[in-house]
Amino acid sequence: MRALVWHGKEDIRCDTVTDPIIEEPRDAIIRVTSCAICGSDLHLFHNFIPAMLPGDIMGHEMMGEVVEVGHGVDGKLKVGERIVVPFTIICGECEQCRRGNFSVCERSNRNKHFAEKVFGHATAGLFGYTHLTGGYPGGQAEYLRVPFADATQIKVPNGLSDEQALFLGDILPTGWQAAVHCDIEPTDTVAIWGCGPVGQMCIRSAILLGARQVVAIDYLPERLSMAEAGGAIAINFAAESVLERLNDLTGGKGPDKCIDATGLEAHISHHHPDTVIDRAKQMMMLESDRAHVLREMIYVCRPAGILSVPGVYSGLVDKMPMGQLMNKGLTIRTGQTHVNRWTDDLLRRIEEGQIDPSFVVTHTVALRDGPGMYRVFRDKQDSCIKVVLKP
Amino acid sequence: MSYMTKMSNIVRYEGDPRVIRSGPSSLPAVDRWSKALGWFSLLLGAAELLAPKSIARSLGMEGKEGLLRTYGVREIGAGIMTLSTEKQMGVWSRVVGDGLDIATLVASRDRANPKSGNIGIALALVLGITALDLIVAQAATASHSRRRGEQRLYGDRSGFPRGVEAVRGAARA
Repeated sequence: MRALVWHGKEDIRCDTVTDPIIEEPRDAIIRVTSCAICGSDLHLFHNFIPAMLPGDIMGHEMMGEVVEVGHGVDGKLKVGERIVVPFTIICGECEQCRRGNFSVCERSNRNKHFAEKVFGHATAGLFGYTHLTGGYPGGQAEYLRVPFADATQIKVPNGLSDEQALFLGDILPTGWQAAVHCDIEPTDTVAIWGCGPVGQMCIRSAILLGARQVVAIDYLPERLSMAEAGGAIAINFAAESVLERLNDLTGGKGPDKCIDATGLEAHISHHHPDTVIDRAKQMMMLESDRAHVLREMIYVCRPAGILSVPGVYSGLVDKMPMGQLMNKGLTIRTGQTHVNRWTDDLLRRIEEGQIDPSFVVTHTVALRDGPGMYRVFRDKQDSCIKVVLKP
Repeated sequence: MSYMTKMSNIVRYEGDPRVIRSGPSSLPAVDRWSKALGWFSLLLGAAELLAPKSIARSLGMEGKEGLLRTYGVREIGAGIMTLSTEKQMGVWSRVVGDGLDIATLVASRDRANPKSGNIGIALALVLGITALDLIVAQAATASHSRRRGEQRLYGDRSGFPRGVEAVRGAARA
């Protein structure tokens, strides 16, 4: 089969690889019909997240048709069914899965001992996202082995297109969880940093959850225009002061809730010297993550507010203003998404027409064009916001 | 398939797909050139930092070992930046560094210098590298920049088939 394979920093190739096989009784094999490039794939593309190996298959946003099931799937999945595959692999049986904390499933990370050394405790296995999270081959491929397939899936009802369902596997529940973590009240102003695909889903989720005012912060006109279309007030941080504008919009009180949909690769700007210093330190391996957005959120957030962090961080950040955080009494909530905790509800909202996540797709190309699209997406060329690949 | 890809199969789980044949890379030619220049910077910088006396002697620049060490640090910095995702800045910093190298060599090329022949050779090499750096820097900037006039706006993409206000707070009910 063909698959997008990581060969090193900024080196993705569409390779011919051996086909996946059923390895465990609860496995299934799907023929991938649609997959997407996620913003967090760019962290791997840039080799900012450790433990990728040449030959690893990329991709954790995918869906397809079941073509083979193991005997342990026990009738819960049938050949021919269409499923979205959540990026978190879940057993559905361990204590954390029973609590709905799916992204920290205790059984699905097959490199558990490695993860325990790095994080203290292992988290769930993830598709196509380093050997720290199990080294599972990703879904930017023609076929994918789905471990624990009786639990690790979302069945797609007839009538929904791939583009409407695909994002149930990651960015829609990620944006939703980030907004739910904010405990949104009808009087709240929610400020969202980063208007990439996850940021766009955060905006829609905050609207659905009833925020009075949603503010979107970015510098790319195409992203800000999409944010405004979704009901947000746009702040272009390259053209105006985020602090002053947020104070204007909130009567000087600051946003009640802040969401970091940017993560470890915050934009480098000469207007914000800490971003330049962070980048220099990152190059010298003195820190792994650029935390400008976290610092800014802590500074601008209303006291006793909530900071929600769906953006991916990999390791160590410097100059965290703990004094501001503590004295303002802020709460931070974060974590990889417990995808299956939210998908029944979100699928219903899609079917009812409350939200149609396909709005975010700006580019659809064949899988073989994937390597080039990684560059287009990374360089923000051609007004690219979300790439869907068709194997 | 690269040697590293073959090696990585050692730690791969038995049933996992393995690369049979590699396709074209996402890394364009200009980025490969940047990478090569980055490694060149690191090697040259290390030589200037570790063996400034030998370099000074061969160029008749005795007494300027401190300056050569400083240039070594500069080269290593440029190399690290050129090998990073900020490769355009890295290659442009190499161009600036080339200017300093040329100025230093020209200033040292006088009749009193017994190694002025070596200085001439070094100057020719630096001029050649400068031309390469300039070409790569311009190509890298063009390759990674947003092109003018290609911008599209998405003001019609709300994601809410019934409109924003119709669903505001729908999940609170």
